Amino acid sequence: MNNGSNDENIIEVKGLAKNFNSLVAVDSVSFDVKAGEIFGFLGPNGAGKTTTINMLCTLLKPTSGGATVHGFDILTQKNEVRESIGLVFQDPSLDDKLTARENLEFHMVVYRVPRDVREKRAREVLDMVGLTRRADDYVETYSGGMKRRLEIARGLLHYPKVLFLDEPTIGLDPQTRNYIWDYIEELKKREGITIFLTTHYMEEAEHCDRIAIIDLGKIIALDTPEELKSEVGGDIVKLVTADDEKAEEEFKKKYPDIEMIPDPECLCFEVEKGEEFIPGFIRHFGVEILAINLHRPTLDDVFLKLTGKEIREEGADGLTNLRSFIKMSAQKARR
Amino acid sequence: MESITVETPERVIGGSGLQRFLTGIYIIWLRDFKRFWRDKIRRITAFIQPLVYLFLLGTGLQAAFTVFGAEAETKYVLFMYPGILGMTILFTSVFSAMSILWDREFGFLKEVLVSPVPRSSVAVGKIFGGATTACLQGAILMVIAFFPWFLGFSLTTLWKVLMLIPIMILISFGMTSVGVAIGARLKSFEAFPLLMNLLLLPLFFLSGAMFPLQGLPGWMTVLTRINPLSYSVDMLRGIALKGVQVVSTGVSISPALRDYITKAPPALRAEVAKLAPQVPKFQVQEYPMWLSLVVVIGFSLVMLVVAIRQFSRTE
Repeated sequence: MNNGSNDENIIEVKGLAKNFNSLVAVDSVSFDVKAGEIFGFLGPNGAGKTTTINMLCTLLKPTSGGATVHGFDILTQKNEVRESIGLVFQDPSLDDKLTARENLEFHMVVYRVPRDVREKRAREVLDMVGLTRRADDYVETYSGGMKRRLEIARGLLHYPKVLFLDEPTIGLDPQTRNYIWDYIEELKKREGITIFLTTHYMEEAEHCDRIAIIDLGKIIALDTPEELKSEVGGDIVKLVTADDEKAEEEFKKKYPDIEMIPDPECLCFEVEKGEEFIPGFIRHFGVEILAINLHRPTLDDVFLKLTGKEIREEGADGLTNLRSFIKMSAQKARR
Repeated sequence: MESITVETPERVIGGSGLQRFLTGIYIIWLRDFKRFWRDKIRRITAFIQPLVYLFLLGTGLQAAFTVFGAEAETKYVLFMYPGILGMTILFTSVFSAMSILWDREFGFLKEVLVSPVPRSSVAVGKIFGGATTACLQGAILMVIAFFPWFLGFSLTTLWKVLMLIPIMILISFGMTSVGVAIGARLKSFEAFPLLMNLLLLPLFFLSGAMFPLQGLPGWMTVLTRINPLSYSVDMLRGIALKGVQVVSTGVSISPALRDYITKAPPALRAEVAKLAPQVPKFQVQEYPMWLSLVVVIGFSLVMLVVAIRQFSRTE
C-alpha cells in the first residue's frame, strides 16, 4: 500500500521521552514514519500515545530526545512544524458558537491560507466529509460524528504534509467509524499526505500501512499488520468437549508436538493451517466434541503475545474516568 | 496505486513575523467579538447591570446622605456616574479573560495553541477582545450622560466624550491584561471568579468609584494612592463632571446675604467663616491629569507585558 516511489521519512523520532514527575509517560521511543503512509500507534489507554503526539505537535516539551517533522525540529522550529501538520485531537476543539464555515475560516486565517483560495478550499473539504449542507449551522447543533468529520476537514485546510489523528473514531458508533475510515483512506489517495493516527481499537489498526504497538511508554513492535500477525504464528483452534480432562490427555498423546495454550474454558492450541487440520482431527479424536472454533491471528493476539495481556476495553465510563485521571495527574505534574 | 498530490500554494507558508502577529490579533479578536455579539443575554445584561448600580444603589445612597444630615443637596448619582463607568470597564475587562478558561475546557484553546500564530499575538488578541466589549459597555453607559435631566452632555461638551473614550480604552486594556495574565495560568473554573473578586473588590472600593477619597483615615488614603484604579476613576470623574455642580457649598445662604458678606470688612468676613460648618470642600479631581495619565499608561503597559509572558508559558 505504500506509495512506492517515495520512501523518504517524513517523521524521524529519536529517543523521545516525557516524564510527568515520577510517571514515565513515554520512555525513549525511536521510530520513523515514511512519507505517504498511514502510520498507526496502537496501544491501550495511558500507553503514551497522546503524549507522543502532543510532543510531535510541539504542544508538549519532551523531557529528553527529539524529533523532526517534515524536516523541521520540534524543539527549535516550532512554527515550521506547526505549519506542516494538521491535527485532530481526541477531544473536540471546535468553537460551538460559530458555524462550521466560520470555524474553517478561523483556521485558514490562522494558518495564512491565501484569501483567494479560502472559499474554494473550504468548499472542497466540506464536500469531502459530506457537511456541505450543514456548513452554515452552528457547531453546537452537530452530532459527535459530524463534529469529528468537521475536525478532520479542518485539519486538512492548510495543505498539511502530515495529518495527526488522535483516536479519530473514539466514542463513535460503528457506522460512523466506518465513514471516518472511508474518509481517511480517500484522503490518502486524494491528497497524498501522510497520516499518523493513534487507536486502541485492534480492528482499526488493520487499516494502517504500518503500526507501532506501544505499551507503558515503550514501542514493543513495529511492522505491517500482516507481518506482525505472522509473527504470532498459526491459527488457533479452540475445542469444547464433553470431558476436557480426558480430551487433553488424548490430545497430548496424539499430538505431542503441538503445544497447548492454557485456557480454563476450553482446549486451545496453535496449528499452521487450521482449516486443513480440523477435518482430519475430528475424524480421529476419541472424545466427543461439542464445539470447535478456528481463530485466525489478529492484532489482539499480537498484543497479547507481546505483553501477556489484552488491550483493555473499558466501558465508556471507565474510559472517561481513566482519561480524566490521566489528565489530572498530568496537570499536577505541570504544577 | 496512483496518488494525486494537491499542489500547495506557495504563499501558505511564510509571511513576516509582524504579519503573523497582526493576523493573529485580528482573528482572535474577531472570534471573541462574534461570540459576545451573538449572545443576546450578554448584550442585554451588559446594558442593564450598570444602570441597576447607578440608579438603584446611587439613588439609595443619595437619600441616605440626606438622612444623615447633609443639609446641602448632594447629587450622589452624578458623583457616582464616572465611578460606575470605571466599575463597568473594570469588571467586564477582567472577567472577559474567563473565555480563556472556557476555551481550555472546551478544547478550542488547543486549536489556537498548536497553530503557527505566536502566543503573544493570541494574548494581545484576547486583550483586544475583552477591551472591546468593556468599551462597548462603557459607550452604552455614556449615552445616558446626554439626557438633560442627567449630566446633560451636549454639543458644547462633546469634548468630554472625546476625552473619555481614549481613557476608557486605556483602562480596559490594562484591566483585561490583568485578567489574561491570571486566566492564562489558572485552570480552575471555581478559583478564577473567587480570586478575581478577592483582588477586584478592594481595588474597586479603594478607587473612589463609590465615595470620595477625601477625609479618609490615613491608612486608607495610603492604599488609595497606590491603587492604579483610583487614578483611572479620578480622570474619568474629572472630565465627566467638569463644570457640573455636584455638591452645593456647605451652607445655603440667600444671594442677598452673600452679597452683604462679600462687601463686609475682612474682620467680619473671618468671623462669618468661623461660624460656617467646617465641611471639607469636595474636589471633583484630586490628582493632576498628567499624573493620572502616567500612572494608568504605565500600569497598562506593565500588565500587558505580564499578560503576554504568562500566556506564552501556558501549555
